[in-house]
Amino acid sequence: MDRVHLLVALSAALFALGLIGVIIRRNLLIMLMCMELMLNGVILSLVTFAEQTGVAAGAVLVFLVFVVAAAEIAIAIPIVLLLVRQKRTLDADAFSDLKG
Amino acid sequence: MITGLLDNLDTLLLIAFGTGALAGGVLMLVLRHPMQVAIALISTMVLLGGIYGLLGVHFIAAFQVLIYVGAVMVFMVYVIMLLDARDPSFKRRFSGMLAPGLAFGLVFLELLAIGVWYGAPSSSSPAGRAGFGLQQFAEAFLNEYWLHFELTSVLLLAAAVATLAVIKGARKRNG
Repeated sequence: MDRVHLLVALSAALFALGLIGVIIRRNLLIMLMCMELMLNGVILSLVTFAEQTGVAAGAVLVFLVFVVAAAEIAIAIPIVLLLVRQKRTLDADAFSDLKG
Repeated sequence: MITGLLDNLDTLLLIAFGTGALAGGVLMLVLRHPMQVAIALISTMVLLGGIYGLLGVHFIAAFQVLIYVGAVMVFMVYVIMLLDARDPSFKRRFSGMLAPGLAFGLVFLELLAIGVWYGAPSSSSPAGRAGFGLQQFAEAFLNEYWLHFELTSVLLLAAAVATLAVIKGARKRNG
């Protein structure tokens, strides 16, 4: 098992952990943070492959993903704040109004 | 001999940082309070920054710490402090999807591991490693990908406008 395998496996593990967190956690803010963890896993694999192949486009993509993450948080946090103002809770199960 | 030793030290540090990042990710799943989860995520991000530094892409390590830890997570910590009520979601950590979510996640992880094991290219020969510095990055960034960068600025502007629209709309509804 060499270095690239190790790093790509780590990025896959981080992505899977973030996905599990989004599914099993109850708190909205923690779900958001788990999504950040998923993005971090993807960035790690991008950096690994870019560094290994020597193609700078991978690093450029990493930079763009940073910007996307910032935009995501900027729009997600106000939505969470509004949801909390409506129901007075951060519990994701409280927002099941559309459930049949 | 010294280069061999440094190489070993590199690998050792890489494994240590990777284990730490993984432990931070696991802690995010089990810790109770959002602030503890945020601290775990911040440590994971800093350790990933360390990994990027070890890989030789120092500018991405700097971006990671500046943008993720310095901007995104500080914003998140502010919001956690703003919303710190006695919330029922702190008492019951997990949603009803705990068992299916864990099962799905583990199957997914296994599939990813199989994909990595058979699919990822090997870097067994150190000469095959072709790192790049800030110069190559800057040339590619500003010559070929400037349009994409400008488009992300449009994305950021759209996010800012959408935030304002969301807040204004809510204010109008509440009167």
